[in-house]
Amino acid sequence: MAKRLDIKDLNLFYGKFHAVENVSLAVPPKNVTAFIGPSGCGKSTVLRSLNRMHEVAPGARVEGKVLLDGEDIYTSTVDPVEVRRTIGMVFQRPNPFPTMSIRDNVVAGLRLSGMKDKKKLDEVAERSLRGANLWNEVKDRLDKPGGGLSGGQQQRLCIARAIAVQPDVLLMDEPCSALDPISTLAIEDLITELKKEYTIVIVTHNMQQAARVSDQTAFFNLLGVGQPGQLIEVDDTEKIFSNPSQKATEDYISGRFG
Amino acid sequence: MNDPVVAKRPAGSGAAGAERGVAAAPTASEAPIPPTPEAPVTTKAPHVRPGDRIFRGLATGSGVFIVVLIGAIGLFLILQAIPSLGLDNVNFLTSREWNTTDPTNLRFGILDLTLVTVVVALVALLIAMPIALGIALFLTQYAPRNLARPFAYVIDLLAAVPSIVFGLWGLFVLGPVLFPFSEWVIENLGWIPIFAKGNVNVQLGGTIFTAGIVVAVMILPIITAVSREVFERTPTMHVEGAIALGATKWEVVRTTVLPFGKAGYVSASMLGLGRALGETIAVAIILSTATSSFGWSLFDGGSTFASKIALAAPEFNDARSAGAYIAAGLVLFVLTFVVNAIARSIVAGHKEYE
Repeated sequence: MAKRLDIKDLNLFYGKFHAVENVSLAVPPKNVTAFIGPSGCGKSTVLRSLNRMHEVAPGARVEGKVLLDGEDIYTSTVDPVEVRRTIGMVFQRPNPFPTMSIRDNVVAGLRLSGMKDKKKLDEVAERSLRGANLWNEVKDRLDKPGGGLSGGQQQRLCIARAIAVQPDVLLMDEPCSALDPISTLAIEDLITELKKEYTIVIVTHNMQQAARVSDQTAFFNLLGVGQPGQLIEVDDTEKIFSNPSQKATEDYISGRFG
Repeated sequence: MNDPVVAKRPAGSGAAGAERGVAAAPTASEAPIPPTPEAPVTTKAPHVRPGDRIFRGLATGSGVFIVVLIGAIGLFLILQAIPSLGLDNVNFLTSREWNTTDPTNLRFGILDLTLVTVVVALVALLIAMPIALGIALFLTQYAPRNLARPFAYVIDLLAAVPSIVFGLWGLFVLGPVLFPFSEWVIENLGWIPIFAKGNVNVQLGGTIFTAGIVVAVMILPIITAVSREVFERTPTMHVEGAIALGATKWEVVRTTVLPFGKAGYVSASMLGLGRALGETIAVAIILSTATSSFGWSLFDGGSTFASKIALAAPEFNDARSAGAYIAAGLVLFVLTFVVNAIARSIVAGHKEYE
C-alpha cells in the first residue's frame, strides 16, 4: 500500500527551458508532504513528474531518478501508464468525467484496469465515496452525472476516483484553490484522514493550509525570471514555519517577499 | 468584486504588507467595503452611442434578411408547384412514374426520386462517417504536430475541388475500377436484395454504389473539419484526469474525447448528409438513367431529386412541366430542413455535457 518516494537529482525541462534544477527529497510513507513556493517555482512541475504526467506536455523531459520504494519509475522498462495507475493524482480544478455518472466516475480507474464485476465495482464505489466523505451526500444519486455536484463535492469525487484504485501515493495539485472555505475545510479534514492509509504529496499556495495538513514541508523558490526553480529546503512543517534554516524560506512564509 | 472603489484600494504590498505578515492576508479581503454611490447609476437611462444603433441595425437587418430569403424561396417553390400538382394525374408522393413531356397529361411521382436520393446519401454517409472519425481522431490525437497541420489543410482542399471534377473522376476512373468488384458482389452476394443485379449496365459503373462513394469523398472534408474542431476542444483537464488514472491513448480517447465530441460528430455528419442529399452535378453525370424503377439494389441507376432537376432544366419550356420539377425541388428543400432539424435536436439533447 502506502509507499515511500525518493527523488534524486531531479532536473525537469520544457523543451530547452530548464524548469527545475537538482531536486532531491524524501517523501516518507503515510505522511503528508507539502510543496510551497511562489508561482512559477516549479513545485507543480515536480509534482507532475512524480507520476510521469510531466512528460505528457510536448517537449517535456526528465533527468534524474524518482524511486518508489526503491524502484526507479523512470527506467526504460517501466510503462508510464502503470506508474499512473499506482500513483494517483487530484488536480487544481475538479475534473470528473462529465459524461459519466457519479458511480462510473469513481470506478473509472478500475474499469481501465479491466475490472468488470459489477458487485465488486459497486463495493469499491461505496468504499471510496465513504473514504472521500462524500457517500452520505450522493448515495441517492449515484447514477446522476458527476458534473451536477458542487465544486467541493466534485473535488471529493475526484479524490474518491483517485483512491478507488488504492494508489501507493496520492498527489494533489492545489486541490483547494478553486473551492470556498467550507469545501476547503472538508478537503483538509479528508487529507488528515487519508494519511492514515496513503502517502500524500500536496502542492499549495496557501501557507496556513500547508501548516495545517502537512507533516513535512518543502519550500521551492525561483532565483530570477528564466532561471530554473530550486528546492530551497525541506524539513518538518513545524520547523519550517517556526524556525526555518534558510532566510529565503523565512522571508516567504512571513510574507516579506517580492 | 467589480466594484471600482475596491479595485482602487491599495493591495497589502510593500512595507505595510510585510509587517502584517501572513496572518494579515485573509483579513485584508474581509475589510469593510466603503459604500458606493450606486443609486444615481441605476436611475440613469442606458447610454446609447450612434455606433451601437448602426451595428444593432446591421445585425438585426442581416438576421431578418436571411429569414425572409428562406421564406421567399419556400414560397416561390410552393407557388410554382401548386398548379402542376393540381394537374398531376398520378399520386405525387407514391407514384414511381415521371413523365412531363405532355403538359396536358402530367404524370409525375417522387417515390423513386426519394428512394434513390436517400439511398445515395446514406451510402455516402455510411462510408464517410467512420473514415472522417478516423481522420479527425488521427489529426487531433495521434498525428505529430508538424504533420497534422498540412494534413488538415489537404483535407480542407478536398472541399474546394469543384463537384464536376468529382463527377468526371467517378464516371471515368472510379466506375471502371469498381466494375470487377461490383460484378463479384452481384455474382456471389446477389441473393441479398441490396447487392442484386440492378436496372443498369454495371460495366458502365453508373450505379448508386459509384455515386455513393463519390459523394462520400465529397462530404468527407466537412465531417472531418467539424469533428476535428470539436475533438480539439476536449478540455485538457478531462484529458489529464484520464491520463492520471493510467489511461492509454485509446482509453483517453474513449473516456474523454469521444463522449465530449459525440454531439459535434453527429451534427457534422448531419451537415454532410444535408450536402449529400443536395449533391447535384457529380451524381447527375455518374448515375445511368434507368428504364425500370428502383429495386433496392446498390447497383441500380436512376435519378436523385437534384440530378433529375439539373438534367431536365435545359428543357423547361412549359410552366406546367417545370412546375413538376419545382414540386420535386420543394420536397428536397423540406427533406434537408428535416435533416438539419434532427441534427440540431441531437446537439441540443447533449447540451448538459458540454
